[in-house]
Amino acid sequence: MPISHLSHWGLLVTGDPLIYGADVSILLVSVGIVFVLTYFKKWKWLWREWLTTVDHKRIGIMYLIAAVLMLFRAGTDALLMRTQLALPNEHFLGPSHYDQIFTTHGTVMIFFMAMPFIFALMNIAVPLQIGARDVAFPYLNAVSFWLFFFGAMLLNISFVIGGSPAAGWTSYAPLAGLHFSPGPGENFYLLALQITGIGSIATGINFLATIFKMRAPGMTLMKMPLFTWSIVATNILIIFAFPALAVALALLLIDRIAGAHFFTIHAGGLPMMYINMFWIWGHPEVYIVLLPAFGVFSEVVATFSRKTIFGYKAMVSSMLVISVVSYFVWAHHFFTMGGGVSVNSFFAVASMLIGIPTGVKVFNWMFTMYRGRIRMKMPMLWTIAFIPCFVLGGASGMMLAVAPVDYQFHNSYFLVAHFHEMLIGGVVFGMFAALYYWWPKVFGFILDEKWGRWAFWFWNIGFYVCFEPQYALGLMGMQRRMYTYPAGMGWTALNFISTIGAFLMGIGFIFMAGGIVYSIFKGERDLTGDPWDGRTLEWSLPSPAPHYNFAVIPTITDRDQWWTLKEQGKQDTLRVRAEDIAPIHMPKNSAKPFLVGLAFFVAGFGFVFNWYILAAVGLFCVVILLLARSFEYHSDYHIPVDEVIHTETALGRL
Amino acid sequence: MAAIVEHAHAGVPGHDPRPLEYTVKDDSLKIFGFWIFLATDMILFATLFATFVVLRTHVATGPSGRQLFDVQGFIEETFILLTSSFTGGMSTFFMRRGSVRGTVGWLLVTAVLGASFVTLEITEFLHYVSIGATMQTSAFLSAFFTLVGTHGAHVSLGIVWMLAIVLQVLRFGITPATARRVFIVNLYWHFLDVVWVFIFTVVYLTGVMT
Repeated sequence: MPISHLSHWGLLVTGDPLIYGADVSILLVSVGIVFVLTYFKKWKWLWREWLTTVDHKRIGIMYLIAAVLMLFRAGTDALLMRTQLALPNEHFLGPSHYDQIFTTHGTVMIFFMAMPFIFALMNIAVPLQIGARDVAFPYLNAVSFWLFFFGAMLLNISFVIGGSPAAGWTSYAPLAGLHFSPGPGENFYLLALQITGIGSIATGINFLATIFKMRAPGMTLMKMPLFTWSIVATNILIIFAFPALAVALALLLIDRIAGAHFFTIHAGGLPMMYINMFWIWGHPEVYIVLLPAFGVFSEVVATFSRKTIFGYKAMVSSMLVISVVSYFVWAHHFFTMGGGVSVNSFFAVASMLIGIPTGVKVFNWMFTMYRGRIRMKMPMLWTIAFIPCFVLGGASGMMLAVAPVDYQFHNSYFLVAHFHEMLIGGVVFGMFAALYYWWPKVFGFILDEKWGRWAFWFWNIGFYVCFEPQYALGLMGMQRRMYTYPAGMGWTALNFISTIGAFLMGIGFIFMAGGIVYSIFKGERDLTGDPWDGRTLEWSLPSPAPHYNFAVIPTITDRDQWWTLKEQGKQDTLRVRAEDIAPIHMPKNSAKPFLVGLAFFVAGFGFVFNWYILAAVGLFCVVILLLARSFEYHSDYHIPVDEVIHTETALGRL
Repeated sequence: MAAIVEHAHAGVPGHDPRPLEYTVKDDSLKIFGFWIFLATDMILFATLFATFVVLRTHVATGPSGRQLFDVQGFIEETFILLTSSFTGGMSTFFMRRGSVRGTVGWLLVTAVLGASFVTLEITEFLHYVSIGATMQTSAFLSAFFTLVGTHGAHVSLGIVWMLAIVLQVLRFGITPATARRVFIVNLYWHFLDVVWVFIFTVVYLTGVMT
């Protein structure tokens, strides 16, 4: 009886009706999935078509599904917190349970919602935009996905096995050290993030190599679509920032499981060093998730205004400036460290400077819209909603950047309101714009406009109702991460309003999900491959694109290649001619990426509970799988010309 | 940037001015990707170095570097590792000349030198532990063992990888695919050598001087 065995060891979390509820729902969902797969005989299909795939489009879809599910999971956390805070002196959640929930809310939203969302977009759009057949390293791409997936699993099972982390999504030492956070919760956090972080670094390497080395002939760097440029900037940030996080997490883990003294408060340890290292990654991370959203807005604004983007070169250079300057602002997360006047001044000035390139971008989007023939489709709506929200959040960011004033704002709800305004108004709105924009390209049908508009208005109204009161609450002295507050502070009304806003956003999410389900059955099919009258290369392909993407790699002469060809009535130059088709070189599917992820999961689980034999077995399997890959010499194949001709004919393109 | 094309005469001397490992598009891509990986690994070590530099003086009640480090020991480690970088370079040299024997021979010499380096390092660590200077003693020692140990773990992994490549060269001969593996493992090896130069300077030399 393994379950009672675990419980006997005190591993299963017990004693709370919400957790029993989670146990039961996890069990029911798992049984449900197994039943459906077995009943419809889909196991083989799942394994062959999805779990072993190395196709960037399918990996993109898997990232997307994971991101939306995690948005739901961490959004539920948010609603639980807002329910707890709606009124003073509530006992809906206990203090330790509340701590766990705000910790997993932040951790999941950043690492398992925002990151997979941007990876989904990279995978879906970049190879198609640059005229490539896949990414540079398709196998590594699958490894990245499975590391992310099993990292997410490791964090999510903590809720029912062993207990969740409770030291905040930043996991500051010494609170997160063994002395103040005994038990496996923090270990779950450290290992889950370490595993998914390895995947993120690999993705960064992969997409830089893809973009620098695999563009279609004629596509010089300054002819690349702006979304692809944003991915360049993002991946430069990833490869230089994520190793710092890996080290911060590893050192804290070494402190916890080996009794070292990096961040302890005796034997010479320095807790502030963890905080510095965390934010050396953490601030670039803000731009890692934000820059792709900027790229999306640039594509959407140009497409739906039917105009060339205003200030292409300024857009590119501002993104690159942001990616450099974002390394020099990290200490603004803790001006209260006491770094002294010169340190704080440096970081305050740098933080204000980074507003300049960001402002340039906002103006460029508006000048692109100016005198454009704007079509208010869903992607454009989200883009327009983004601008005021982001400008407001940016303004409060400037206030936070003023070091002396920050001593007042620090860790208050003012800050909470600010970063939600950037991360929801900036990142999430951008991801939603992208979701509606590229959905037809991925799935072959358009998401329903009416459901989308309901979702849009609930989200937007809900957002302001939820977060604007929090600015005031912060100025009135309410600190973040409080699990309750007494009556008579004058905070009750604003908190109640904020909770109403949170639930409005929850309703918005339901409309969004409802719209997806509705559109699967009734959505308008995209038969042209170009539903938005697009400008870049991906819209010259059928929706969804064939698995080799381009039967013949196009030659690029213009920034908005597809738009220019349409203007000149020369779309036929991208039409495939049978005599041009050569056998297409493609990577084979592989089970190893999935197994690598699984092996890392086993190793991580072993480390969480200090079961080193299990951990060693997991790591040993990782090494064996790496060696097995090294000995693999026939990991690719050629699609014969006949098959390409057959596929293209079936798509009506030949 | 020159477009990289699939080359019909891959590996045939005289037809292609590029080195063998660059003649096939996939292989040259992987080499490029590996350079980017090295950049990430460099940041990883840079962060560990920063940690070490900050905690260098935090010896608490434990010994300092000056009391601990044995000059002869770390000089030996340094010479062995630097030599192994040269022998690794020899293996690339013979790989480019198409010699299986030369490539395999020099790779094996490199792996043996690497193994001697790791042995010396483990001996050094065990000695410190035996006199009570452990990772749990002070922040300085936590940082020392982690920085130097991470480098040692990299070298150990490199040895296993190198032996795997020796087997592949013996089995498949010198082809663009095996040439790329030989080239990349040597890039990795040289990189570790550069990291060691910094460890030698920042950890050991500075340690015994102050």
